[in-house]
Amino acid sequence: MAADTGQQRKADLREPAGWRRAKNRIATILMVLSFVVVIIPLGFVLVTVVAKGASIISWSFLTSSIPPAVLPANFGGIGPAVLGTIEIVALATVMAVPLGILGAIYLNEYGGNGLLARFIGFLSDVMTGVPSIIMGLFIYSLWVVHFGYSGLAGAFALGCLMLPVVIRSSYEMLRLVPNTLREGAYALGATKARVTMTVVLPAALGGIVSGSLLAVARAAGETAPLIFTILGGLLSANTNPFSGANTALPLQIFSNASQPYTGAQARGWGAALTLIAIAFILMIVARIVTARFSRYSR
Amino acid sequence: MEEPQQTVTNLPRPASASQPPRTQLDGPVGETIFDVRNVSIWYGAFKAVTDVSLAIHENEITAFIGSSGSGKTTVLRSFNRMNDLVPGARVDGEMNYRGQALYGGGVSPTAVRRRIGMVFQKPNPFPKSIYDNVAYGPRINGERNKAKLNEIVERSLRQAALWDEVKNRLNTSGLSLSGGQAQRLCIARTIAVEPDVVLMDEPASALDPIATGKIEDLMRELKSQYTIIIVTHNMQQATRVSDRTAFFSVLTEGDSDTRTGVLVEYGPTEQIFQDPTDPRTQAYVTGRMG
Amino acid sequence: MTATAPADQPTRAGSAGVLSAKRPLGDRTFQIVALAAGLLVLVILVLIAATTTDQSTSWFAKEGITGIFSKTWNPTANQFGALSFLFGTAVTAIIALILAVPVSLGIALLLTEVVPRRWARPVVYVVDLLAVVPSVVWGLWGILVFAPWLQGIYSSIGNFFNGVPVLGNLFGPPTDGASFFTAGIILAFMITPIVTSLSREVIATVPTMDREGAYALGATRLEMIRGVVLPHSQGGIVGAVLLGLGRAVGETIAVALVIGSSATITSHLFAPGYTMPAVIANQFGEATGVWKAGLMGLGVLLFVFTIIINVVARGVVERSARRGRGA
Repeated sequence: MAADTGQQRKADLREPAGWRRAKNRIATILMVLSFVVVIIPLGFVLVTVVAKGASIISWSFLTSSIPPAVLPANFGGIGPAVLGTIEIVALATVMAVPLGILGAIYLNEYGGNGLLARFIGFLSDVMTGVPSIIMGLFIYSLWVVHFGYSGLAGAFALGCLMLPVVIRSSYEMLRLVPNTLREGAYALGATKARVTMTVVLPAALGGIVSGSLLAVARAAGETAPLIFTILGGLLSANTNPFSGANTALPLQIFSNASQPYTGAQARGWGAALTLIAIAFILMIVARIVTARFSRYSR
Repeated sequence: MEEPQQTVTNLPRPASASQPPRTQLDGPVGETIFDVRNVSIWYGAFKAVTDVSLAIHENEITAFIGSSGSGKTTVLRSFNRMNDLVPGARVDGEMNYRGQALYGGGVSPTAVRRRIGMVFQKPNPFPKSIYDNVAYGPRINGERNKAKLNEIVERSLRQAALWDEVKNRLNTSGLSLSGGQAQRLCIARTIAVEPDVVLMDEPASALDPIATGKIEDLMRELKSQYTIIIVTHNMQQATRVSDRTAFFSVLTEGDSDTRTGVLVEYGPTEQIFQDPTDPRTQAYVTGRMG
Repeated sequence: MTATAPADQPTRAGSAGVLSAKRPLGDRTFQIVALAAGLLVLVILVLIAATTTDQSTSWFAKEGITGIFSKTWNPTANQFGALSFLFGTAVTAIIALILAVPVSLGIALLLTEVVPRRWARPVVYVVDLLAVVPSVVWGLWGILVFAPWLQGIYSSIGNFFNGVPVLGNLFGPPTDGASFFTAGIILAFMITPIVTSLSREVIATVPTMDREGAYALGATRLEMIRGVVLPHSQGGIVGAVLLGLGRAVGETIAVALVIGSSATITSHLFAPGYTMPAVIANQFGEATGVWKAGLMGLGVLLFVFTIIINVVARGVVERSARRGRGA
């Protein structure tokens, strides 16, 4: 008996029993299916946005004032929203990125494994999960209530959103810089600040820039923080981001989406296409920067 | 932009480079650069090195040899206060540099490191151009003059025997050099600030034999201007380049696992290798141990 | 000859803090600035809690603890009970998780176990693209294209289940393209990238040795996944799911556009509803007094919920990572 089963076992190099193989196959199919399930709506959204938006996009569309919602598609454009997005996102970036990099420098170069540093790192990660609407309500309560709506307020809200993201991604990049580089600089008599700014930061710069670009792309697409800080509803561009209500692409899309008029909706698609194009370009530039300039993260 | 600290005790200037190179030790011994007396080094509660006493002399190459964990690198790094970067590191005992207490109050580590340079085991060029690598030290010392920097860079690269190979591509990245070239770049970078002492932590261990030979030739040439202390695992290298040798070994504490480094013997290289006093030295240099 | 140096007392050579008396001003300043930037995170979080609570006190005062959780939200009748929004937030989030978690896990496993290295990049790119689509664009497409299309499907399903005991209550009429379920689907699209990428990170920490061990015993890939990968990563995956939950709970604009804006509590998933962030976004512009305070108060509740979810999620992820490292 034993000899028989021994013989059987030795000779049995076929695939595992039918049902085991079947289950395995089904599992693989399900995994592929989940990917397909994701591609389909993504494809639909992108195709729809491009199809409906492309026909309305033009230089005049991107620069003209916003017409009353009822007017058909070929009137006016989204100029004020484009300008607003650029102003507000630029302001937010200028505030959040340097502060985020400094925060990451604190965490990696000075804080080390201390309790405070780990606590701040933890809080920073938790902060990335705070919904963007909360940032809007926050800046409303802190600033708008006292100083009114402005592009600056919007920039504060977006900045709060970007800060923890920049901290986390910059921290990861600083961690990747080999310690022997720091030692080499110390050995030449550089102070810690010098070592950090002249050797560590330049070495990590590619990855940091790339991470910041992704944070910018995310901020550019946010609507909720802006509802409570810049108000929207503008028809003509506000070139002063520091005072007065303003508008931005996402906000404009939001208001156009709820309009029953086809003209407004068409402008909404055009704005959506513009917004996606901006986010897309930023994403691609981020990847190029990573590939070309970031030495240690590969 | 910070100037060199005013609060630092004035560390003496090195002797001029016009002294004749010394090939034997039977002439007058140079000034004592480092005077180490009963120094023990701790990392937190762990005693890495115990009761080391020796004197390093000017314009000599001193080699630290011994098995792994015997504290050679720890002692080396204490000369330029690199151990300060390790949290919990502590130095007990007297360590004097040209008569001044190296770990005394009022001494700034950054000033120390500008006088005492270091070359590391694995070449660590900065991800900058070759030029910027060498110019880094002078620049942080406040040198802004372009012409002066050019001169310093060329001089240092020549001294490091690298100039001819890179003179036409000073703007290319330091990372593009081969291992041996990168290490010579690091040496050029170190001597660009004209330090008094150059510490080398196994400078050739990551290099192939030909590159190693070039580094050793370099050391012999630099000896006339600098005092060099080198940690090496390679006994032949020690005999080839050094004037004095210090042999370190490991002291195991009874039943605990702790290994503490101890200086066993220190003397002229010839004597250490051919006529050692201590049996442990004898065992090591004849290859019976470590 | 050596000058006789004075006896040296041992100096604590550790942190540079001891030598700070001699440190150049610039070095010290830099450290302080960096620390301040780090502390900014703490300051902002505290300020968020403080300022938003401050702006919502009149709502808490008027409604009291029980009033807050009452069913009716009717500004014109001066009633501000938040229960329907809590309900809507929970329902849409649950639907999103039910749909997104299997899909995200499937993709994560696809990337780590099935797809060869070379093809992993394009797959990851596609998932990242999903994350790049802004919320408002999901909403725009959702309300103008997706919801109308779903309307027809919901109708058919609704008619089919009309009158059936349990399923009829879930899927029966009233049905509307803009409804809980549509919001749930769109949320699922939006949280898939984060759940996928975090699950991937966790799964990647499974030691190759363990995988090979299972294969060496003759296991099929599915068996290896069930026997080695999942047990090892389950903690981290739970964390990833919780982070997805946090994201779903806080998502505002896409939901605001497709949920139907109706503050009702109903079992009918195809009916219009409302969530906390959606009502805040939609009504804030015209709200005044207690109404506005109420919306702000909803924001405070939302903040508390997402902080709790995120803290628990990060804690779970950390703990499982630590256990994985020790293993």
